[in-house]
Amino acid sequence: MDFGLFAQHTMNGLMLGMMYALVAVGFTLFFGVLDVIKFSHGDVLTVGAFTALATFVGLKSMGVASTTVELLAMLIAAIGAMAVLGAVIAKAFVLPLRAAPALNTLLITLMLGTVLREAVRLFYPDGANPKPFPRLLPAESVSIGNFNLRLDNTIMLAAGVLVIVGLQLMLNRTKLGLAIRAVAQDEETAKTMGVNFSAIVLITFAIGSALAAFAGLMNGLYYNEINFGIGLYLGVVGFSAAIIGGLGSIYGAILGGFMFAALQTIGAVALPFASAYKDVFAFAVVIVLMAWRPTGLIPEKLSERV
Amino acid sequence: MAAANGGAGSVLPGVTAIALATAFLIVLLRVENQTAIISLLAFGLAAVAVANWFGWLAPVTRSFAERENALDAFAVVAALVVAAVFHEDHFVLLLVCTVLLYIVATLGLNIQFGYAGVLNFAGASFFGIGAYTAAVLNEHTAIPHLLVLLIGGVMAALIGSLLLLPVLRTRGHYAAVVTIAFALLFKTFLEVNDVLGGPQGLQVRSMKILGWSFNDNFQIGGVKLSFYISYFLVSLIILVLAFVLVRRIERSWVGLNLDALRLDETAACCFGLDIVRWKVTAFLLGNFLIGIAGTLFGMVGGFVQPNNYTFADSLILVSILLLGGIGNPWGVVVATVIVVIVPEKLQAIQEYRFLLYAALVMAVLLFRSEGLLPRPVRRYFPGWRP
Repeated sequence: MDFGLFAQHTMNGLMLGMMYALVAVGFTLFFGVLDVIKFSHGDVLTVGAFTALATFVGLKSMGVASTTVELLAMLIAAIGAMAVLGAVIAKAFVLPLRAAPALNTLLITLMLGTVLREAVRLFYPDGANPKPFPRLLPAESVSIGNFNLRLDNTIMLAAGVLVIVGLQLMLNRTKLGLAIRAVAQDEETAKTMGVNFSAIVLITFAIGSALAAFAGLMNGLYYNEINFGIGLYLGVVGFSAAIIGGLGSIYGAILGGFMFAALQTIGAVALPFASAYKDVFAFAVVIVLMAWRPTGLIPEKLSERV
Repeated sequence: MAAANGGAGSVLPGVTAIALATAFLIVLLRVENQTAIISLLAFGLAAVAVANWFGWLAPVTRSFAERENALDAFAVVAALVVAAVFHEDHFVLLLVCTVLLYIVATLGLNIQFGYAGVLNFAGASFFGIGAYTAAVLNEHTAIPHLLVLLIGGVMAALIGSLLLLPVLRTRGHYAAVVTIAFALLFKTFLEVNDVLGGPQGLQVRSMKILGWSFNDNFQIGGVKLSFYISYFLVSLIILVLAFVLVRRIERSWVGLNLDALRLDETAACCFGLDIVRWKVTAFLLGNFLIGIAGTLFGMVGGFVQPNNYTFADSLILVSILLLGGIGNPWGVVVATVIVVIVPEKLQAIQEYRFLLYAALVMAVLLFRSEGLLPRPVRRYFPGWRP
């Protein structure tokens, strides 16, 4: 394979990996603070993408023409709305089920995901069909050999890196981050140290859902099309990625996200069978990985009290 | 057994409950008018609430607990009555067959989820393995179709055994991802694979037993019967066998071991239970039942395609189990009837059915997380009351 093709596939893989990693980080954050899987995460992403689209349509009808303003407004609307939605979900559905078996939380959020997905399909105007998503980033590109480096992809990738670095700094350098990590490590001790447990949980869910909204916007800008089903797929992939990496570990989630994208790209390009089998290959590898490392590549530190 | 020991409980409340439920079901299936259906459903809900308020449900529960064998027989009679009433109606009989086979599949899931605590979010995939087995074997071989049913179950168990290693090594959420990944892998594989018909799917040849073709209408004594009656009878026989099997397992020391395993793996291990052995047994046996149900369902529908066996369908199976009450076979029966029949009848809400239905499950989880019919405390001795 020549360099150009290789670079092209690497770039595509990186874009996919960034989206998966953003979703996976959300899963791992939720799991960190509450030890729950919130399966509606992917559908929060869908709702976020559709919120952005609705904002765009609204601005257009109001006659705003500047793409920068539009993009900024979409970003703020989607992220803000999803942060609120995430906190509401945590308050109304996840926290009340704390005493119930973990399976119940998994199921209630799966069903909530169905409700969100169906709501988009039924109540967004013509929501059952794929919707075109506006192209708002500059589309210039630089050609190196037969590798076409597009400016918009580079911007998105850089923005993704910024978000992840920012999250990392927030978790490691601020008081809020310290509180989140304390709750994740030991809820009881954190409470006795004066950490407001439920506020931290709500904030964590808001942050994770805002990340999903960001990923949803990125997904729309990358493919220039969104439909009500994107969240289900991205949610499952993000969940798998978080699991491969090892739940509760931010680095694990990022690693898992990029690894899943790499598996898909390799499955599509380098393997002898048809590229249609890329998902089959990726999920098969996930299953094999789980057999090999049952608690993920970077396992959470776990000691079982009997 | 309970009856032999003095017959403390009366069979009457149970029989009355079954009779009323059957009558309600028959009326519901017969009515076509949407307003009538909605008022009928509301009436049903109100009736149950009123019965609960006056404490009429307690004797029913007791009679089910103490005279179960007799009531099982009455339930079979009730199913036969429903089929007899609708003996000419293809659509209703297909619906009834669907209910019966979904119950069988959910019973299989119940062994895994409810008794052994082994997560399986790929129920629909194993269901699909059975259906595709039926499509391929009926088309290309002359294997007798009753044997195909068994082979379908065995295939589901065999392909399930590929997942054994990861399922055994992982726990909790990590175990969930194994079966979720399998569910997605399976559907994608079916879609991209040319041999098995791709996204269009395959035709399934109808069932034939000893030269009796199941896809012909027939007459007995001048009464015309729909061809689905034959499928209905086979489904009912399979359901009865599966139900008896699940009940026997639950009551036996095998069930006791599985319960111990689910409630506390470490403790079970300390008491010398072979964890691996029982998890493998539960997982394979459950998949076997799901596979058999899927095989017959493929033949009833006459058609298989990947879109019928998605992750969402697996979730529906899990939700039925949860709605009914995990670990209670009777709960499975009631929940399947609700989940399969209500959306089919309520055309007005057909478009919104996934939405309403997901919301319903959420409400159950929030307000009655043990399900509609919670699993009763195990009865260690005949006639023993906890």
